[in-house]
Amino acid sequence: MKTFKGYRRADGSIGVRNHVIIINAAGELASLTKKIAQMVPGVIPVVHQAGQSHSQEDVEQTKKAIIGTAGHANVSAALFLGMGLDDSTNEIVEVLKMRGHSVHCIHLNKSTLISEAIKESKLWLEQALEKSKKEQRVTADIKELIIGLECGGSDAWSGITANPAIGSFSDAIVKDGGTSILAETTEAVGTEHILARRAINETVGQRFLDIVKRYEERARAAGEDIRVANPSPGNKTGGITTLEEKSLGCIKKGGNSTLMEVIDYAHRPKEKGFIFMDTPGYDVESVSGLVAGGAQIVLFSTGKGSPTGSPIAPVIKIGTNTNLFKNMPEHIDVNTGKIMDSNYSIEDSGEEIYRKVIDVANGEVTASEKHKNQEFSIWRLAETM
Amino acid sequence: MEKKYNALRLHETDNVAVALENLKTGEKLVVQGLDTEIILQINIPYGHKVAVSTILQDQKILKYGECMGIATEDIPAGNHVHVSNVRGLNEEDKTAVFLKGGVVG
Repeated sequence: MKTFKGYRRADGSIGVRNHVIIINAAGELASLTKKIAQMVPGVIPVVHQAGQSHSQEDVEQTKKAIIGTAGHANVSAALFLGMGLDDSTNEIVEVLKMRGHSVHCIHLNKSTLISEAIKESKLWLEQALEKSKKEQRVTADIKELIIGLECGGSDAWSGITANPAIGSFSDAIVKDGGTSILAETTEAVGTEHILARRAINETVGQRFLDIVKRYEERARAAGEDIRVANPSPGNKTGGITTLEEKSLGCIKKGGNSTLMEVIDYAHRPKEKGFIFMDTPGYDVESVSGLVAGGAQIVLFSTGKGSPTGSPIAPVIKIGTNTNLFKNMPEHIDVNTGKIMDSNYSIEDSGEEIYRKVIDVANGEVTASEKHKNQEFSIWRLAETM
Repeated sequence: MEKKYNALRLHETDNVAVALENLKTGEKLVVQGLDTEIILQINIPYGHKVAVSTILQDQKILKYGECMGIATEDIPAGNHVHVSNVRGLNEEDKTAVFLKGGVVG
């Protein structure tokens, strides 16, 4: 049995980090959230622009993403800054408290002095930090790990080295009883029939076909046709021949395992094994959705060195080529360019990624964590009112 | 580390491999895990695909173990596999892949 040491939470989940965070419930409080975090070293600010004057669909999506983030297994305690009656903070905090999470909410409204709110925030955060330091790691089965699979700043080698290596890892952890979540619906266009064929049953397969269709319709309404734009002339010069080939290069991060479930943005998987989450291709929104859905660690392949991280989950950067690894050593955790340079197979690289995942689960700091790359953004579906 | 091969086949069922460097006509194709004596018929730019076996017209092009297109003409082993001799899948092909796991050929 493969194991790691993590933090056991009241709701039964297991985290690989023990963060104390402060999060804003509305975009208006983003700066204050950052400011308070700076006053209490060790506290992580989770800031975003979402919250108000959005469509009902977006309000629900934001709520889901915030509950998933603040109630994440990697979070020891979370402080919310809210605006009072106009936002969903109270509702969110109640849900999280019922699940046993350590959360608290401070409202900024006409009866609150900002200086008082800051004082109260600092006090609560300092106490939460003290408490978090006493929490100990305990042994857990690898089956409890959920790994998000992402790519950003791709190059001609992404589909040849890093993505198949991540796919080899994904198959291995699924075989060991763990979970991997592939994302980026827009990058899967052209392979929907292939992924749907890998589904455990017709319902799951059809659901995958449906989310791709929905995504394309939304893009078309905005004047974009994903199938006409791909593969681009640049892709063709790089050796990509068909749309199917381009998308296969992306979805190969999901290896060859059976597709067990297709979930909405920021939703938690109910099944174990290989899962697909409906997210945009934009890496910051996609990673935020994967983490809100419960991914404790994210694997992120890049050919150009995209530094995107997450405030609460370690993001492991998988470089596609050795030049990148040499030029940006501070940004890359695993170099799959070795597959091109030497007698090193995709499977060897997959095993190296697996070892890295276990080390990171046990507390090893990733490049993106070292640099405090803490991007967070929630996918928006409609217009702002 | 010593370099042992100049092209990579991403799945054992694939009929194409990807050039890891600019390959020249007459050069021997060396693919990891594949024991063949293929001599390149044409220059292959790095990142591009080369046939590792003869692919007949209307047969599927397999990369990553999946069908990524259909050959529009016969492609002998050691030849470039790209937009001039491959087309994407049409709706009928996709239905076949979805239902049966493959297309004709």
